[in-house]
Amino acid sequence: MAFDVDALRTEFPTLGQKPYGKPLVYLDNAATTQKPQVVIDAIERYYREQNSNVHRGAHYLGDVATHAMEEARATVASFLNASREEVIWTKGTTDALNLVAHSLGSHVLSAGDEVLISTLEHHANIVPWQQICTLTGASIKVIPLKTDGTLALEQLENLLTERTKIVAVAHASNALGTINDIAALVQKARQIGAYVVVDGAQAVSHFPVDVKQLDCDFYAFSGHKVFGPTGIGVLYGKRELLEAIPPYQTGGEMIETVSFETSTWNRLPYKFEAGTPHIAGAIGLGAALTWLMQQDRQALWEHESALLAHATEHARAFAGMRIIGDNNSKVGVLSFLIEGTHPSDVGTLLDQQGIAVRTGHHCTMPLMDSLGIPGTVRAAFAPYNTLEDVDALFTGLHKIMNFL
Amino acid sequence: MSNETSLGSSTTHEDIVDTLSFFDDWEERYTYIIELGKALPPYPEALKIESHLVRGCQSQVWLHIEVNDDGTLSLYVDSDALIVRGLAAIVLAALNQKTPQQILDFDMQAYFQAIDLLKHISPTRGNGVQSMVERIRHEAQKRLAA
Ligand SMILES: Cc1ncc(COP(=O)(O)O)c(C=O)c1O
Repeated sequence: MAFDVDALRTEFPTLGQKPYGKPLVYLDNAATTQKPQVVIDAIERYYREQNSNVHRGAHYLGDVATHAMEEARATVASFLNASREEVIWTKGTTDALNLVAHSLGSHVLSAGDEVLISTLEHHANIVPWQQICTLTGASIKVIPLKTDGTLALEQLENLLTERTKIVAVAHASNALGTINDIAALVQKARQIGAYVVVDGAQAVSHFPVDVKQLDCDFYAFSGHKVFGPTGIGVLYGKRELLEAIPPYQTGGEMIETVSFETSTWNRLPYKFEAGTPHIAGAIGLGAALTWLMQQDRQALWEHESALLAHATEHARAFAGMRIIGDNNSKVGVLSFLIEGTHPSDVGTLLDQQGIAVRTGHHCTMPLMDSLGIPGTVRAAFAPYNTLEDVDALFTGLHKIMNFL
Repeated sequence: MSNETSLGSSTTHEDIVDTLSFFDDWEERYTYIIELGKALPPYPEALKIESHLVRGCQSQVWLHIEVNDDGTLSLYVDSDALIVRGLAAIVLAALNQKTPQQILDFDMQAYFQAIDLLKHISPTRGNGVQSMVERIRHEAQKRLAA
């Protein structure tokens, strides 16, 4: 069956919004994706019919809610090709990365050790490592970036040493779109016994991810960037590692026994889920991933690639436009600068035309510094975008060149 | 002593409200806003230093404040973004060459609401304009206390 973008769009109610009376052209999908009706329905159904606290099994509704949430966990497990004990609910990618940095970091890092990250990391995959390095006396090393926006992985031989204990890298870059070769990275890291943590925030909505195949140790993503709700995310971790590392937050739900002197931890995954979880969020995320897995993902990928190719072609023909991160291993992200204009002005004037893009440093200040630019304009595509959206972006850009 | 701009003297905030209410499409509005930015007093290059920088995550603003003999404040602003310069000019039309008390009494929210640009000075906007206004008010407060 041929991919039908119009049919897909009808599943996303927000796409019908009319900012300033103009049709919405939503190209800020790397910040957050819109939600299909099935996700909205699942959240509403939870509050209307299932609302109860989980795992306290005292009554009918408690069982219903627990079952629904655990079913969502099983959906995440099948989405990533993991087992359900390896799927931990978090608030999002940031929370998941803080968890790993704290729990894995405090377990394996000591003075003189190194954490290897990359130039294109989001602040969420930099700052938590800085914090744990300060506490443990370890330090951060950085994989450099090539001018085309890809990582200089050929330098890994020199960067990975017997001191490297953790490698933490994004699967795809939010600012540039570059897809990093995680499998190759894992293979190199294995040779020296380093653990690999993957920030998958920008990957999971674009292409299927199999954590067994990648063989990474941890994988983090946010629900809201993969058609699910905000406030919920996932940390996948290999079972043996999750067993070995200490918990992050402590309190209710995550304990087995508590006395005033000491406590013992609950079994996986609950050991890492202190407090009442975001039950509605987890159920909404389950619905989002179920929805995504029902799509023809190859067709979605091809559509997105066509959008990116069309945008790139427009960009090359646009006087003074420079693509930031110009390579052909990208998710649907076009990051660019127009000579003599400021990204913030471009963003404001596109917004006036109903076109939503993101401008600025995209929470990747070290990346922007390395590129010698203050920020970019970023158009990030989702499968519900159309070739007409891309055309609208460039028509809008041409129009604003009269102002700037 | 004034800072070589009509903003806050012959161009008042009432003028801005009047002119903006006159336009009905975004193109005219933003052409005017960008044009206003050109009326900003020349910002001293030597003062483009860290302590004068108001950081936003999308753009940044430089702010320098001088106290005149009559107690009014001369405001100097610059930005790397044209629209932010224009928004700064709109702020200066209200606050430049005013006394600390006048500055503190001025309702910036209502002003930006009246010209339908409130979203540009929301605390989460990240363009530095809101932080700039806060710094000016803070300076005015310090002057009053002194
Ligand atoms: C690559 C990457 N990592 C981490 C994050 C942080 O995600 P969240 O804000 O959902 O925790 C983002 C989102 O902005 C991202 O794009």
